[in-house]
Order: sequence, then structure tokens, then C-alpha cells
Amino acid sequence: MSLLSVRDLTVKFAMRDDTVTALNQISFDLAKGERLGIVGESGAGKSITGFSLMNLISKPGFIDNGQILFDGEDVAQMSDKALRDMRGNRMAMIFQDPMVTLNPVLTIGQQMVETLRAHRKLSKAEAAQIAIVKLREVYIPSPEERMDQYPHELSGGMRQRIIIAMALLLDPQLIIADEPTTALDVTIQADIMELLLELCQSNKVGLILITHDLGVVSQMTERTLVMYAGRIIEAGKTREIINDPQHPYTQGLINALPQQTLPGQKLKQIPGTMPSLTAIPRGCPFSPRCQYAVENCRNTLPEVVQYAGIEVACHEVKRLHNDRLEQSA
Amino acid sequence: MLAYLVKRVFQAIAVMFAISLVSFAIQDNLGDPLRELVGQSVSDEVRQQLRDELGLNDSFLQQYIRFIGNALQGDLGTSYFFKEPALDVIMKKLPATLELVFGATIIIIGLSVPLGVYTAIKPNAIASRIIMGASIIGISVPVFLTAIGMIFVFSVELRWLPSFGRGDIVHMWGPWSTNFATVDGWAHILMPSIALASIMLPLFVRLIRAEMMETLQSEYVKYAKAKGIHPFRIYFVHALKNTLLPVITVGGVQIGTMVAYTILTETVFQWPGMGFMFLEAVNRVDTPLIVAYLIVVGFIFVVTNTIVDLIYGLVNPTVNLARMGA
Repeated sequence: MSLLSVRDLTVKFAMRDDTVTALNQISFDLAKGERLGIVGESGAGKSITGFSLMNLISKPGFIDNGQILFDGEDVAQMSDKALRDMRGNRMAMIFQDPMVTLNPVLTIGQQMVETLRAHRKLSKAEAAQIAIVKLREVYIPSPEERMDQYPHELSGGMRQRIIIAMALLLDPQLIIADEPTTALDVTIQADIMELLLELCQSNKVGLILITHDLGVVSQMTERTLVMYAGRIIEAGKTREIINDPQHPYTQGLINALPQQTLPGQKLKQIPGTMPSLTAIPRGCPFSPRCQYAVENCRNTLPEVVQYAGIEVACHEVKRLHNDRLEQSA
Repeated sequence: MLAYLVKRVFQAIAVMFAISLVSFAIQDNLGDPLRELVGQSVSDEVRQQLRDELGLNDSFLQQYIRFIGNALQGDLGTSYFFKEPALDVIMKKLPATLELVFGATIIIIGLSVPLGVYTAIKPNAIASRIIMGASIIGISVPVFLTAIGMIFVFSVELRWLPSFGRGDIVHMWGPWSTNFATVDGWAHILMPSIALASIMLPLFVRLIRAEMMETLQSEYVKYAKAKGIHPFRIYFVHALKNTLLPVITVGGVQIGTMVAYTILTETVFQWPGMGFMFLEAVNRVDTPLIVAYLIVVGFIFVVTNTIVDLIYGLVNPTVNLARMGA
């Protein structure tokens, strides 16, 4: 049985007059200890997916429909008490910007100890001992001293390590990491990702990695979801998606990577921008930006189909795949 | 820490110097002190002679330097009316005013934090709307009207509370007699404290509410939720501590302002404090007392602000007092 099973998850935001749909019938599964990447441009609904898995969508957003079965229980239907017991304990989250994630007026120790004591009956001293062990696991030098320090006394990379340690404090089954390195220095990004991968593997923790960086996804995850305008448009094994993406949008994302371009050449970008949630185009939401779009694409929403071992939502997937085969032949 | 303290004390001295200059400069514009000192029947020659004796004919600078010299020795001049050192007159009245400000401060702190937090957590609740509406009225209605209204209702109509004076006070130490030792004293200080608090309380409720709402939107509050922390701990440990940092700064300034607001409250309730005394001194053109009052109030202002800055540094871990001296 899978650890997490999301079915038809729909998240809406109440606006002044009506509602906009931020997530539209998202479905996916995650096995125990599996690592899944969610990629897409800004505004695709990646972060909202992450937060809704914890039922942490803040007003005016709300889960409109669908199930989030985590270990057999529906997160969308849980009581406040059950949600509190789950959050930080069985499902932990790593936020985007470590500079603003930690409370500036509480010490690292206070923030770690309170997390442990929220879920387990421990004395402060016992909790501090566990916290120090976890800080050592994320290679924080002299962790005993860090416990009494305030967040502003530590660098961004150090803070994100501490947040990773906090995520692991209660040995969760799943960690959701929402662009954990976007706010960090490039030189530190690789270190943090390597650390996260190492800890997830050694502790057999499931990981959902939200990122816009396909390079990171290919190193970190076993499976990948590609999101566009609040929908999953392509899903499958990471290796297959990277090697042979079926959806024109995913192809565009991969072609836009600097590695795909020779030095001195212009980066290949996808024309246009992600549509706003209030004005999602009819038919396939990607059709206005898609160079292969035909009449049908602009009128009917493509269903998710299985093709070449990948789930993909594109009317023209078969034709495009055959065209590519002919070209390379 | 010490370097910061020294720096702050120097700043405080500079501010006091400016206050003394302004207060002293006013006295030339307050009319002729001789008119109050002597009767109609005194001749012009005697008046001129008195002027010379009092040093009123010296240049402004000479008079000011003499004033500062005396002030540094604790002599702020002699009240024309009381025929006593002005500072002694004020010191006798100061405890009554400070007790009034203390009473109002307790009311403000005791009510503004829970009300501000509640209206921030439940902005759409009916109770929150009532509190916010009432706070607008509180800010808009002047202190003297609140005070007179309360006297009418609670003293005249219901006869529950005394309408004027300090009532039964118990002598504590030096010039200090307290209202807080007897039931009668409490009854007397209740309405004046509420009246004095009526302007500041709504301001603080709104300030705490606004800061708290902003804090509740922050990433670290969302992160605390994601860690499964209980809402009470999120509100009162994570959010409130961050909320109170700016409130402390504003609060310090407001305590000083409240000392000045006592003029109205003390007048309506015939409270024998220095605000009431100041108004009488103005009526009597008791120039040295007026100047001394301004300097004492300025001094209280500067001291409270300095203390508040130091407290802020101790509460906010991102302010390093040890480094700020440099």
C-alpha cells in the first residue's frame, strides 16, 4: 500500500465575487520511502500542492474536493487535533527561505525542543539531547553552542541545515521540501541537496521535493510530476521523463536548461508565460504557448493517458512521439 | 553594554539641555512676574530696584547661564506663589501624578494585550467588531468629556464613586503617600485612571492588533503550525513576543505623553498632582514653577525613553547592546 495517495485534489481560492481554482483534480501516489519531484514554473501550483498535503492552505484558500490519504487517513477530513498530531511528527515540511522560517526571538534550542515536546512526553533536557544528536547528523559544528543561539547569529546554509534537522526530529514518514535551496547561495545549494538525499535514504523517509530545477529533480528523485496551471500534465519515472519527455511543456523545460545549450548560444526559452489562475485558457491550458498545438488542443482539455510508460495529458502525444522518432532515424 | 549606556546617557543630557533652553526661553513671554509679586501700590522705582535684585534686567544669556548653574545644583528657582523652591513644590505633587499614571498604565497593559490579541486572532467575530468600534469612540472622545461623563454617571447618578480628590492616602516615604493602601484610596483613583487610560487604551489595542495580524502572516508562524505546535503557544510565544517589540518602543513614548495628559484629568477630578498644579501656576503666571514643571516632565520623558530603549535591547535578541556602543 502506498504511503500517500492523493485523489482528485482540488484547491480553490475565494475571491471577492467568485473562486479561482489553484489545483485542479490532482492525483498521485507515493510509496513508503519513495522520493518524488514536483516541477513547474512559478504559479503552477507546486507549493500549494505541498501545503495542501499538510492541510495548511491559509485563507482565502480551501480544499474544495478530493482525498489526501496519508497512511490510510484522509488529511482533508482530519480534526484540528489530528492534524496537529500529524504535522511535524509523521509529515514534516522544509520551507523555502531559511532566513524567515525560524522565529527570530526564540533560540534554536527552544524551537527544536518545543517541536519534540509537542509530540512526545519528554523533559526539556531529554528533548535537548535528541535535538543535539539531530544537529550533529546534519553536520552542524558544536551543536551544544548552537542550541543557545538565535537564528540571526547563523548563516542561511546553517539555518537550512537546522531546519532539515528539525524535520527529522520525530522520524517522520514523509518530508515535503518546498524549494529548500532557492534562497541559498549556489555553492551551498548542492551541499544541502546532498545532505537531504543522504538523510532521506539512510532514514528511509519519503520525500516530496518541490522545485523548478529539473537538474536537481534528476539527481534527487525516483519519480516526477510536471505541473502546469494547477494540473499535473506529465508524471512518471524521473529517468524516463528526463530522457524522453512526452509533453511539449516538459520538453520546453528541459531544452531551457543551460546544459542543453552550447556556450555563446541563447538559452531556448518557452515563449509566453504561465496563464494567471483567473484566465486559464480553454482546452489544453498550455496550447497558447505550444508550437505543436492544433485545433483540438484549443477546444478540449486533454485527458491523462498512458504513453511509453509515462502518464501524460496531451492530445498529440502519439503524433509528436512518432515525429521525433522519424527525425532521429 | 556599558558603552551603550554611556552613549545613551550623553544623548539624554543633550536632550535635557535643549528642553531647558526652550523652557527657559518661554519665561520671557509669560508676562511680568513683578505684577504677581508686588501689589498695585508699589512705585516704579521700587519695581526697578526689585527687577535688578531678581536679575531680570540681565541679558538672556546671563540669565540662562545662571539658571543652568542653579539647575545643576537642584535649584530650579523659587515659586512666586508658594515662596518655596519650585522643585520642592513639584516633588510634593509628583507622587500623586505618578500613581495616577501608574494606575492608567496598569489598565492599559492589562486590557490592551488581551483585547489586541483577541481582535487579531478573530478579526471577524462580533466581539472584535464591537471592540474595534468602541476603540474609535475612545480615541475620538476627549479626556475631559470622558471624565465628566463618568462623574455624572458614577458619582452624581449612581453615587458609587467619589468625584474628586485622592481620599484616604497612606504616607509611605518622603513626599510619597499612596492611594493603593486603602479601599477609599482605590475608589478615588479608579475613575481618574480610567479617564487617563481612555485615550491610550484604544491606541494600544489597535497597535497590538495590527502588529499581531502582521506577525500571524509571517513564515515562522506558518512554520510553527507545520511543526504541529499548539495554537496557544503559537499565539502567545511565537507571535506575541514579536508583536510586543514595536509596542514597547511606542509604549515608552506614550508613558511620557501620559504624564502630560494628566493636566486635563487632574483638573477635572481635582487630583492634587503636578498637572493640576501646572494649570494653577499658569493662571498665576508663576514663571519659575512653569519652567520647573516643563523641565521635570522633560526629564521624566527622557528617563522613560532611555529605560525603554534598554529594555528593548534586552528583549530583542537581534539588538546587541554590547556592540551598539561602538
